[in-house]
Amino acid sequence: MSFEALDTGRQHGWLYWQVSDALVLTGRALRHIPRSPEILVYSTIQPVMFVVLFRYVFGGAIKLPPNISYVNYLMAGIFVNTVAFGSFSTGVGLALDLQNGLIDRFRSLPMSRAAVLIGRTLSDLVRNVFTGAVMFAVGILVGFNPQGGVPEIAAAVGILLLLGFAFSWIGATVGLAVRNVEAVQSAGFIWLFPLIFASSAFVPTAGMPAGLRAFANHQPISQVVDAARNWFLGVPVGSHGWIAAVWCVGILAVFVPLSVRVYRHAASKA
Amino acid sequence: MASEHTRPAILAEGLRKRFGKTLALDGLDLEVAPGTVLGLLGPNGAGKTTAVRIFTTLLEPDGGHAEVAGLDCVRDAQRLRSRIGLAGQYAAVDELLTGRENLEMVGRLYRLPRATARARAAELLEQFDLAEAANRTARTYSGGMRRRLDLAASLIATPPVLFLDEPTTGLDPSGRLAMWDRISALRAQGTTLLLTTQYLEEADYLADLIAVIDHGRTIAQGTADELKRQVGGERIELTLARGADVALGAQTLAPHVDGHVRADEEGRRLSGAAVDGARRLADVVRDFDAAGIGLDDLAVRRPTLDDVFLTLTGHAAEADEREAA
Repeated sequence: MSFEALDTGRQHGWLYWQVSDALVLTGRALRHIPRSPEILVYSTIQPVMFVVLFRYVFGGAIKLPPNISYVNYLMAGIFVNTVAFGSFSTGVGLALDLQNGLIDRFRSLPMSRAAVLIGRTLSDLVRNVFTGAVMFAVGILVGFNPQGGVPEIAAAVGILLLLGFAFSWIGATVGLAVRNVEAVQSAGFIWLFPLIFASSAFVPTAGMPAGLRAFANHQPISQVVDAARNWFLGVPVGSHGWIAAVWCVGILAVFVPLSVRVYRHAASKA
Repeated sequence: MASEHTRPAILAEGLRKRFGKTLALDGLDLEVAPGTVLGLLGPNGAGKTTAVRIFTTLLEPDGGHAEVAGLDCVRDAQRLRSRIGLAGQYAAVDELLTGRENLEMVGRLYRLPRATARARAAELLEQFDLAEAANRTARTYSGGMRRRLDLAASLIATPPVLFLDEPTTGLDPSGRLAMWDRISALRAQGTTLLLTTQYLEEADYLADLIAVIDHGRTIAQGTADELKRQVGGERIELTLARGADVALGAQTLAPHVDGHVRADEEGRRLSGAAVDGARRLADVVRDFDAAGIGLDDLAVRRPTLDDVFLTLTGHAAEADEREAA
């Protein structure tokens, strides 16, 4: 954030201020993280619990192709589950900002209309990095053994974070539209739960009925899970990689403008 | 610049806004001269907040024209935003940021250079008695401190026009008085101010001009004195110990009031326009004592918002509130 040398007041261009406003609000949202440690702790404990429970409870019961252990199968799914549910916090954060009038204040300022949303989604990306690192370490402890090289693992991490970022914008749209913290969480479950469970995140789709399997195989969660899993394990990714990337970019292309549109007309009360 | 001075700082002409079936603004007209304070007075649901939201570009009107600092609230919204400040009943501060961080953030978002934002924040923290709490998160602040921080945030870019939406609602009496002092100081600095309130005394104390609105329309406009004259000034009110004394009571009170003595339906409460204010109370007590009429209560009451409404609209403010809800 080294704008000082350039900073001579208001005569900067449009792009300069978009970036400057976004940085100010990203800084704001990042400061929130250490100041509400309870949220960070819970949002880390839950995925860690998932890793351990799924590993030991379902590990023995789920039929997998030979040569792959359940924990190695599971980790990509757990990562996706975590970043996807992380989008709740984007929505909840914005609903809270609406409820206590902060969005009104921001909207009355001569600032970028996207900065509040960029601030929230970027800080949630940073939180995902932190949570993901803790989960990765716990995964290793319970037997996760990624065989991919550094570029493959980097690609896996990249696609997971991209998915998390894209879903944050869905969460932002829902949060601004629903405007109530409890409702944001309930609404989140309605769209997210089916996506997560009707996917290859925790179990192979081979055992699902034909119609459900067709849905599960093609939806974004499965594509990202399959891409990340294969990259982690160092096996060929095939078309999953680019399809996953296209999904994420497509979600961003729809939900970034949509959420900004909702934000422009957001009102703290009817 | 000369032409800006002759233009009203805040102007609304025939402003209309509908929310579903509710007509929030029904042709609202307002005009505020630069450097003056307008008190927008009305019950809940009268349209005060809707008007403020249109002036501050948070809401677009369905019809009519609104401008602030010579800029159209719809067409010039982006330029207008750098010339206004907004503080409101919700005390919009970020609870997880410190007082200083809140102010610096808002300063940066007003697009002040970083050093200026920092210096202004320090100055305002000092002015608003928040210097000691500057580095504590706002969630540790009391209600009064939050309001002060909220008001300070709206002032960081020294905007020429300021909107205060019910600035003292929910504050205790000492907090309210402290807020009045701050607002008076702003008036002294020449800031144009529009403040909404439900309290006549607040508008009386702070505003140069008061506009009373009801059902989204201006129903009266004038100075506090002019409005009070319409309402009828102070009233002596008393409650008789026994209803049977009503005729004699009215007769005893009559010399001390201007015009008629009014009795309520139960016949125990009598009232009339006070002639000399509180000074006359001693005489009233003596005369009632001499007549052997017991009193439960006796007071000089200033006109309230209810009185204004009763006089101007023929219905009480509270009933209106229930209607709107």
